[in-house]
Amino acid sequence: MRKIQSIYGIVIAVICFIVIHVEAQSPKGKYGTFALTNATIETITQGTIANGTVIISNGKITAVGANVQVPSGAEVINCSGLKIYPGMIDGGTRIGLLEIGQIPQASDTREKGDIIPQMKALTAVNPNATAIPITRISGVTTVITAPTGGLMPGTAALINLHGYTPDQMYAGFQGVVVNFPSTGRRGFFDRRTDEDIKKASEKALKQLNDVWDKAMQYHKLDSATKGKGVTYYPEMQTMVPVVRGEVPLMIEVNAQKDIQAALKWVKEKKVKKVIFTGVSEGWREAGNIAKANIPVVTGPVIAIPNREYDRYDAIYANAGMMKKAGVKVAIRSEEDGNGNYRNLPYHAGFAVAYGMNKEDALKAVTITPAEIFNVSDKLGSIEVGKDATLFVCDGDIFETKTQVRHVFISGWMMPMQSRQTLLYDEFLKREPGLNKN
Amino acid sequence: MTLIDINMKKSILIVIVCGFLTVAYGQVEKGNVLIKNGTVLTITKGNLENTDVLIKEGKITQIAKGIAALAGIKVIDATGLYVMPGIIDAHSHIGLDAINEGTNAITPEVWTGDAINPFQMSIYRALAGGCTVSHALHGSANAIGGQSQTIKHRYGMFDPDAMKMEGAPRTIKFALGENPTNGGRSDDLQPQSRMGVEFVIRQAFSEAKQYMERWDVYNKNKSVKGFRGAPPAYSLRYETLADLLRGKIILHCHSYRADEINMVLKVCKDFGIKRLVFQHANEAFKVAPELAAAGASASVFSDWWQYKLEVYYSTAYNAAILVRNGVVTSINSDSPDLIRHLYHEAGKTQKYGGLSDDEALSLITINPAKQLGIENRVGSLEIGKDGDVAIFKNHPLSIYGVPQYSIVDGIVRFDREKDPGDMRLMPDPKETIDVTFYETGHNHENCMQGVEQLFGVNHNENKN
Repeated sequence: MRKIQSIYGIVIAVICFIVIHVEAQSPKGKYGTFALTNATIETITQGTIANGTVIISNGKITAVGANVQVPSGAEVINCSGLKIYPGMIDGGTRIGLLEIGQIPQASDTREKGDIIPQMKALTAVNPNATAIPITRISGVTTVITAPTGGLMPGTAALINLHGYTPDQMYAGFQGVVVNFPSTGRRGFFDRRTDEDIKKASEKALKQLNDVWDKAMQYHKLDSATKGKGVTYYPEMQTMVPVVRGEVPLMIEVNAQKDIQAALKWVKEKKVKKVIFTGVSEGWREAGNIAKANIPVVTGPVIAIPNREYDRYDAIYANAGMMKKAGVKVAIRSEEDGNGNYRNLPYHAGFAVAYGMNKEDALKAVTITPAEIFNVSDKLGSIEVGKDATLFVCDGDIFETKTQVRHVFISGWMMPMQSRQTLLYDEFLKREPGLNKN
Repeated sequence: MTLIDINMKKSILIVIVCGFLTVAYGQVEKGNVLIKNGTVLTITKGNLENTDVLIKEGKITQIAKGIAALAGIKVIDATGLYVMPGIIDAHSHIGLDAINEGTNAITPEVWTGDAINPFQMSIYRALAGGCTVSHALHGSANAIGGQSQTIKHRYGMFDPDAMKMEGAPRTIKFALGENPTNGGRSDDLQPQSRMGVEFVIRQAFSEAKQYMERWDVYNKNKSVKGFRGAPPAYSLRYETLADLLRGKIILHCHSYRADEINMVLKVCKDFGIKRLVFQHANEAFKVAPELAAAGASASVFSDWWQYKLEVYYSTAYNAAILVRNGVVTSINSDSPDLIRHLYHEAGKTQKYGGLSDDEALSLITINPAKQLGIENRVGSLEIGKDGDVAIFKNHPLSIYGVPQYSIVDGIVRFDREKDPGDMRLMPDPKETIDVTFYETGHNHENCMQGVEQLFGVNHNENKN
C-alpha cells in the first residue's frame, strides 16, 4: 500500500513538474554572482572606466575596475562594446498605483480628502503592475510613486521595480506630498473667474498654514509628554517627523509666483527638509531656489511652455538653466497618463540637446535623485558596496535607439520581457496570418 | 471731440487696417531660398552629402552640389546640418478653435476648416519642431464626425484660409470604441457598444447610398424632355457621406482595438470605400495582415498606452510590426507637445523594432503624406515638390537633434537663432492671471477636447 502511495506521489510530482514547466511563461529574476566583463562603465561618481568589470554578489556591487578578478562560479556576461550605467531613478511616477487611466477601479492614486498626509502610496503599490516590467527593461529601476489629488494627498515612496510585496520593493525613502496652492489658471479647461482663482488659492494657503501650525503644536505636545499626552490624530502623527526634519515635504510647485510663495512659506515656517517637484518655471526663479538650497526634481522636460509668450524651448532648457544657477536638479519623466516612465532618459537627453551639460543630465537621473532621496549610500552610481542596481546597454543611454540588454535590481537579474515585448514576439509574424487554414 | 476729428481718426484707422490687410491677407506667400552644403535626407532617393537645395517660388527646383546663388536670394548655410522634408503630422488638432461637434452620432456636415485659428502658438511651436504640415482633425466624440482640413503651418499669416493646404484632398473623421460609446451612454442614444458603432455607420452609409441614388436618378432624368419630378431634398450630411462613398473623401478612423479595426475594414469593403486610414490604431499590429491585404494604412502613436482601457494592450512595437507587414504607417502626435518632436517619436521605432533611418523618417514624412493624399506635393525632397524643409543640427532621429530652420513654401517661418522668445501674433492685453498649463500633452488623447460640457468629461478627473 505504502509503495503504491509513493509511486502515486512520484507520478503526481512529475505531472506537477511538467505542468509548472509548461505554464512557466513569466521568467523569474535570477540571483547569484555575476561578472560583467569588458564593459565601458559609467560610474557617475568616479568617471568612466574603459574595458572594466563589475562583480555582483549577494545583491551588492563587490568590485569595479579595469583589473578585477572574476570570482570562481560567477556567471560571466561579456559586455564587450557595451556600457554599464547605474539604474535610473525617476523622481515622480504613479507606478503600482495606476493600472489603467479613466477607470476608477484601476486607479489608487487619489483618496478622499484635502489634508490626508497619512495616506501611504507604498500600501497601494501593486508589485505586479504592468508598468513595472515595461519601465525597468528600459533601465529605469527605481521610482518615486506618489499620490495625487488635493493640497496634501498623501505620502510618496521610493520603490525598486522588482519584488513581490511593497516591502520587498521599498527603497528606503518616503516624503509627504504638498500640492502648493496655485495662483494661476491651470489650462484651457480651467474656466474659473480670476476672483475665484484668487480666493481658492488664498483659502488653500490658509489651510496649509493651519496644518503646519497644528503640526508644530502637536510636535511640542508630543515632545513634552514623550508621546503619551497626545490623542490619535493620524494627520498630525504623519506630520511630526516632517516638522522634526526626519521626513521631507515634497512640494509640487510650477509657476513663478507659486515658486516665490513656496520659497517664502518654507522660510517663514522654517521647514527643515524640502524638495521642490515640477518646478517648470524654475528658470525664472533659479537664483532664489539655489540660494534657499532646496533641491529640485523637475519634469517632464519634454513639455509645452506654461505660457503663450514663453520661448518654445523654455521647458526643454529649464533643467539646464536651474543647474547653471546652482540648483541641485534631478529630472523626472512625469508621463503619468501614458505610463511612459521608460522615457526618462529622453527627458534627460532633451535637457542636453537644449543646453544642459551631459554629465549633469546623467547625474540628474542617477546620483542626484539618490542624494535628494537620501539613498546615495545604496543607489545612483557604480561603486563597491552599493546595491547592484544597474543596467547594460549598447550605447549612450540618452540616445533613442539604444537597446538595454541586461537589468539588475539589488543583484537580481531581470528577465528582459514585458507585455509589450511579448506582443511583439507574438505579432511580428502572426500565425495564422491572413488565412487560417 | 468734433465730428471731423472722429472722421479723421476713422479714416486713418481704415488706412492702417487696409494696409495691414494687404500685408497679412491675400495669397499664399511663396519664397525663394538656397540651402547650401547640407546632408540632404531626401527620404525617397537616399542621402546626399554636401548638397544644395534650391527653392524658387515655393517649389524645389534643384537638388545638386554647388548651386550658384542668384542675386538677392536668401541663402542658408547648412554645412554640418541635416536637411529633410518638412515633417507631416496626420493627426493633430492644433490651429483649431473647435474640434468636436458631437451633438449627434453622425455629423459629417461640419468641417474643421471652418474653425481655423491662425494665431495659435501651437502652430509656431510645431514649426519649431520641424513640422510644416498637419491634419487638423475633427475630434472623436461621435462615430461619424466632421470633415477635416490639412493645413500648412504658415505662421504669421492672419487669414485662416491661408493655413489651408490648397488642393489637399478632403478628409473625414470617424471614431470607434470608448469615445463615441461614452457619448451614446451620456445621451442615452446609440451607440453604447461596439455593436452599435458598426450599426450607426452601416445605417448612415445605407441611407447615404439611397440619397445618392435618388440624386443620381434625378440628375439623369432632369434633362429628359417632359420630366416633371422635383429634386430630392438636399442634405449636406448625406451629400458628404455620398462623396465618401464616391471615393472623393479619405476616411480617417479613430480606433484602438483590433476587432473594431477589422469591423470597419469589412464595412468599407461592403460599401466600396478604398481610401482608409486608421488613426491611433494601438492594436493595429494584431490585424496587420488584414490591413495590408485591404490596402488600408495606420497612423499611430510611438509609445502611448495606459491612459484608458482600450489602449491597455498596446505595444511600442506597433509601428515596426505594421511596417514589417507591409502596412503604410505614420507616427502622429494628437498633441500640441508631441507635434514638436515627431522626429524623436519616429526615432523610438529604432528602439522598438529596429527600423532603418529611412523607414523611421518615412513615418513622419512620405507616409503621412500618402495618408493625406498629398504625396505628390510634400513628404520628400524631390524636384517639383513644395519647398517645405526642416533643417536639423545633429541627425533628426538622434536625441540630440535640434531643429534650426523650418521652411514652408520657400519661406523661413522658424529660425532658431532669430527666435526672440515671445512669438505671439495677438497678445491679450487684459491677461492678468498667469495661465500655467499643467497639461503637458502626455496625459491623454486630445480628441475629446470641447466635450466636457456635452459628456460631463472633467479634465482634472481624467488626469490621474
